This record gives sequence, C-alpha cells and structure tokens, in this order.
Amino acid sequence: MRRIGIVLAAAGLISVAGAGVAYTDSIDWGTYQVGDKRSGYTYAQPETRAMQDDDFENPGFLLMDQAATLWETPDGAAGKACVGCHGDVESLAGVGATYPVYFEPWGKMMTVEQRINQCRTEGMKADPWKWESDEMLGMTALVKHQSRGMPVNVSIDGPAKPFYEKGEAFYYERRGQLDLACANCHMDNAGLQLRANTLSQGMPNGFPTYRLKWQKVGSLHRRLRGCNDQVRAEPYERGSDEYVNLELFIMHRANGLPVETPAVRN
Amino acid sequence: MRKRPLLTAVALPLALVLAPALGAGGAAAEELVAYEVVEGAIPASLTGVPGDPEAGKAAAVHRQKGNCLACHAMPIPDQPFHGEVGPDLSAVGSYLSEGELRLRLVDSKKINPETSMPGFYKVEGLHRVAEKFRGKPILTAQEVEDVVAYLLTLKGN
Repeated sequence: MRRIGIVLAAAGLISVAGAGVAYTDSIDWGTYQVGDKRSGYTYAQPETRAMQDDDFENPGFLLMDQAATLWETPDGAAGKACVGCHGDVESLAGVGATYPVYFEPWGKMMTVEQRINQCRTEGMKADPWKWESDEMLGMTALVKHQSRGMPVNVSIDGPAKPFYEKGEAFYYERRGQLDLACANCHMDNAGLQLRANTLSQGMPNGFPTYRLKWQKVGSLHRRLRGCNDQVRAEPYERGSDEYVNLELFIMHRANGLPVETPAVRN
Repeated sequence: MRKRPLLTAVALPLALVLAPALGAGGAAAEELVAYEVVEGAIPASLTGVPGDPEAGKAAAVHRQKGNCLACHAMPIPDQPFHGEVGPDLSAVGSYLSEGELRLRLVDSKKINPETSMPGFYKVEGLHRVAEKFRGKPILTAQEVEDVVAYLLTLKGN
C-alpha cells in the first residue's frame, strides 16, 4: 500500500490542501514589517492593535507596575533587591532583545524567565518564581519592555548553534493527531483564515503578551503549549529544553522585528 | 559472509512491513478497518454501510470531528468564518469520485505527502499524539463514510 502511495504522490497533481498563497495587502505596517517578516500585530484586529497602542488601555502594564515595585523590594536570605545590582530597570535596555542566550554554567540556552530565577536563587537566595506566576510574567515583561521598539537581535552563533538546530527541527516536525508542524501553519499558510482566526507568522516578539482569549498576560511557553494542544499533541513543560530551543529558533526568526512587550493579541 | 546480503534482503522488507505496526499507536492502537488503495482512490466502503449525507454534514461541521470549515469553504452559509487554507469544497463532488474522496479523508498524505491536511482515519506514523487521542483516528470508519456521502452531494451551482 505504501508503494502505491508513493506512485500516487508522483501522480497526485491535485493538491489536497492548497499551498501557501501569498498574503498581499496595501497597508504600510511601518516597523511591524521587515521584508517578509510580519509581526502578529499586522494580523490583529484594529481594536486589538488600538489596545496595544495605548499604554493606559494595555492590560499588560498592570503586571509590569507590580513588577516595578518588586524590582526595588529586597527578597530572600541575602536581603537583596534587583535594584541593588542592576540599578534602574532602564539599565536593561536592549538586553531582553537578545534572549535566549547561551549560559555557560548550564551548557545550554537560557530565557529571561530562567535568568530572573537564576538571580533569585543564586544572588538573592530567594525562592524561584513559578513560570506562569504574576511575579514572573510581570518581571519578564518589565525586563523585555525595556527593549520595546528595539529590533529583536538573537544570536545563533557559536555555542548557540546546536540548540538553534534543535529548535529548527522541532519547528518542522509534524506532531499530534492532526499531524501538523509549526511550519505548516505559520510558514506555509500565514495570512490565511483558519476559521475565524488569521494565521500569523507566529513571531514571538511581543511576549509576555496579553491575550484576549486568556483575559490575562501569558508566557510564550504557555502559547506553545496551546499550539501543541490544538494539534492534539502532547505538550512540553514550560521551561523545558524543547521549548527553550524552539524559542531560540522562533526568536531568531523574528530578528529585526521590534520588541513589543507587552503586546496585545486575540 | 556470502549469506549476509540475502539475509538483509529478507530482513529489510520484513522491517518495512513491521514498522507501521510498531508506530506511534503501538499495541494500544485501535484496530482500524483495512483498506486498499487503487489508482488514487479507496474504491470500497470502509464499513459496507452506506454513508448518511446529513450525518456527514454534521461531522464535517463539528469542531471536534471533521472541523472541515477550519480550512475549507463549504456551502454551509449558516456557519460563519470558513477557512482558506485548503481548497473550496463547494463543487468537490462534481470532480472527485467517491473513492478519491475516501482516500483524501482517510490519509491525504498518500496523495500529497506535503499537505497540511490530517489523515482522518489513521493512527500510525504520528508523533507525540496526546494521550487522550493516542491510537484513535479523528473520525470513525462510519463517520468517514458519512462525510464522503455528504461531499458527493456538493456539485456546485
């Protein structure tokens, strides 16, 4: 049967699902589009974009305000606060745009969330924050927000390269009962309607993101789990090597797009 | 030494036969109805029970079953937001035969390995299927027959 299938594949001129159709539209998206790369902002509804554009309307700022307080509040046995080592949070401008980065002591990649917990457990002698806690989401957003408007600038050179390749392999590997790879939706069919939703290129330059569907700010890894669930695949844990490497691949894919944290999406 | 190539020649096809059986579904896999692909089609019904077009339409719309509208436009105006990823199916029954439709539903990758379309009656060769769905096809054999029967009614204007 398999052999017949291959013969059919060669003869199968009628494609079952249409190949990617170029999405054209006349709007000038400014910095939200760099060449063929398009931020999720450009696929969002006008009301959603307006919500992101107005810092007073954007619910992501609420968590960041709380994180700004935490930045100055000592925690843990060492009695330290973030501000003691880093000074004003503005000193981190540009830093969030480069993550994930290779972290020598671990011999692997590190996300902003992991960097924060590394500071907490090693520097402050404090308990680590849970990945999806308000504290972690707020602090991650606050750190990345310092790079808002700066181009994503993730390096995949040197020691990062094998981890990038793992993330790339994940991106193209079909999974789940629906047998879909990330690339099937976000590369081949971006811009097309999937029922009521417009498929985006899956650019992660706005995380942590306030999602209307969640009514909450959420992490990139939460979103990745959601994607895996939707294709009926077994998701990985937040902070797993698999998702960190995938984050590296898709963040590098977004290189040049502006950091938008905290973005607003549907 | 001289026997080695012969052994390989025997072992390789055997491995090819066994490989699908040992795939993601494993021993827990539900026994699916066997079928034969003939010239781009599965000519024979999977169940022998004629498909019910109305039930097929319902399965096609159902988001946990066919969910066809996620990707395809269909002549179902009471359902909003039809997808654009796959071809419009409004006249699919006028240019594809029953057997061709059946194969496309069962395992469209046998026609186009690059397609985004899931195989709706398939449990082998899948990767990291969530536990809840492991070893189970998206549609039952009769649901496949029902959807085929419905699609055959779509003849365009």
